[in-house]
Amino acid sequence: MAYNFKEVMNKPERLAPGHRMCAGCGGTIAVRTVLRALHEGDKAVIGNATGCLEVSSFMYPYTAYEDSYIHNAFENAGATLSGVETAYNVLKKKGKLNDTYKFITFGGDGGTYDIGLQSLSGAMERGHDMVYVCYDNGAYMNTGIQRSSATPMYADTTTTPVGKVSNGKMQNRKDLAQIIAAHDIPYVGQSTLLGNMRDLYEKSEKAIYTPGAAFLNVMAPCPRGWRYPTEQIMDICRLAVETCYWPLFEVIEGKWSLSYEPKNKLPIEDFLKTQGRFKHLFKPENEHLLVQYQEEVDRRWEDLQFRCSKN
Amino acid sequence: MAIRERLSGNEAVAYAIKQINPDVMPAFPITPSTEIPQFVSTFISNGEIDTEFIPVESEHSAMSAAIGAEAAGCRTLTATSSCGMALMWEELYVAASNRLPLALALVNRALSGPININCDHSDSMGARDTGWIQIYAENNQEAYDNFIQAFRISEHKDVRLPIMICQDGFITSHAVENIELIEDDRVKAFVGSYEPEQYLLNPDMPMAVGPYATSPYYMETKMAQNTAMKNAKQVILDIAKEFEEISGRKYSFFEEYRLDDADYAIVIIGSAAGTTKEAIDELRAEGKKVGLLKIRVFRPFPGDEIAKALSHTKAVAILDRSEGFRAGGGPLSAEVKEHLYDIGASTKAVSYIYGLGGRDYRVDDAKKVFAELYDMIENGIEIPQYQYIGLRK
Repeated sequence: MAYNFKEVMNKPERLAPGHRMCAGCGGTIAVRTVLRALHEGDKAVIGNATGCLEVSSFMYPYTAYEDSYIHNAFENAGATLSGVETAYNVLKKKGKLNDTYKFITFGGDGGTYDIGLQSLSGAMERGHDMVYVCYDNGAYMNTGIQRSSATPMYADTTTTPVGKVSNGKMQNRKDLAQIIAAHDIPYVGQSTLLGNMRDLYEKSEKAIYTPGAAFLNVMAPCPRGWRYPTEQIMDICRLAVETCYWPLFEVIEGKWSLSYEPKNKLPIEDFLKTQGRFKHLFKPENEHLLVQYQEEVDRRWEDLQFRCSKN
Repeated sequence: MAIRERLSGNEAVAYAIKQINPDVMPAFPITPSTEIPQFVSTFISNGEIDTEFIPVESEHSAMSAAIGAEAAGCRTLTATSSCGMALMWEELYVAASNRLPLALALVNRALSGPININCDHSDSMGARDTGWIQIYAENNQEAYDNFIQAFRISEHKDVRLPIMICQDGFITSHAVENIELIEDDRVKAFVGSYEPEQYLLNPDMPMAVGPYATSPYYMETKMAQNTAMKNAKQVILDIAKEFEEISGRKYSFFEEYRLDDADYAIVIIGSAAGTTKEAIDELRAEGKKVGLLKIRVFRPFPGDEIAKALSHTKAVAILDRSEGFRAGGGPLSAEVKEHLYDIGASTKAVSYIYGLGGRDYRVDDAKKVFAELYDMIENGIEIPQYQYIGLRK
């Protein structure tokens, strides 16, 4: 069925307003879009790793979720939902439950790329029928913008501060989608917030309704951590895609495919210059860092194109 | 008719699990509890039970998945030992504060380091303040009996707390003993089915678990847990009484062995109680008035009852199988002494540490402890108020 923006947006909200996420938070937009992809009538249990989303959306005695929800701890969203999904199978098997439930868990890049990677890997390998959604804002934003393994190179964070002898984070980003794809699960998708949200909505729907383990990596800008005016979020996401910094792709049953290929790939500066965390890269003496940055983006993009061309 | 068998402690607990047929068991192997998930997996493979086993990648995930399954509305358990439980530490608190009545078959083993696979109680004693009910066994029969009673206690509406059923690594878990098992149908009738009031997969009422609670709310949750722990005392006694009706075996907070007229007593937990009983029988034959108080329930701590049961003695030795590193004795000694003080008992109490990392505790060791208590009181000889038993010279 063709994507109908108006219809999709008119579906009932499953994340109620009144939560305490920041104005303009990319994570919240991602969560609303993913939950909108649930079919009406289907029930869900939402899992959540500790992070901004959790402390802002389930502050006792208020929950923002229309569905059942479980937060356990920082590093174990994968394992926790494994238990919930197994319980569902038991109750179904024993004839104690007739309704259809879907299992979706959200974690930031801290809870997913780093402290929760083992728990996530275990859940994916065991093949639980669940979707793990990483809302990747590229640092530990809840504790105050510390670097993570998802933080891009040269970003200024509070544990990789730019200083007289430092240009920010020295290492490149971990490619988590590729790591999870290597688990050989039925569905992996990478997306972000774009235009009418069709890309993220359709990938969410596929992830939720593909039997077995699925993983979605969603770039979700953080205005506080990235240092940009909140209204620029959609431009920043678009530039991330058009520069091939954040390519859109899917891995379905091990087959890689690009969801979008820019006609004119834009230079990486166009993405970097929108954000205060990369401001130092635009000093005249750091020109060589931008050259190096472009080379790394190109290398990764070509690598991804090669993987997608094999199908 | 009860079934007479010969089983190890791990086999006995696995047999209880088979009879209970719980819904979900996530587990990760660690010596000496590994056999329990192995036995359960074999029961599942042979279609003897319909429990779902989750072969998780760590103990942290075992407890995390157990929390998810229990919150979702399923009767859930896991098993572990030592460092496995240490890795669960954070999750032990989460399980208790979410009031999830899951069960943990703990086979006690020393914590690293140095790494050591043998028995002591440092794992469960370290977890004594996590909000779990803790029940200990002297032998395989008690490990089995305690496990049969576990879910009745934890799931009780006045309690709703997770429960840890502890037995001594290798000494109990791997030693084969005669045991009396209860028939399947009587166990099933006793344990009953699990019908939670609120759970994630309740289609009529969604539920949110694991909130962020700020200062205006956090403290009340702790008080509620404490109230539940207080309530657990009566529930433990009530369930024990019901259990006696199907088994003929009596259980309470603790066992008193030749204690009622004793002048000197040992307070101890677990398999070492058997060794102590042997020493007591030999000393009683010589006319010495010695006895034992063996703790079964450590959480909730039946402090007043313990203190009253000891108050007529002249001196007690409190033997801990774990170090507290307060440079003054282990956790059991601290808690027993607190309650002796509270009731104003004149009993002298001395702290001992024994059996760490599987060090043997022999009949002669127990006799020597009684001899020291006697010397201290009758001959006025000063003895160390805190010492190790059986150290290499």
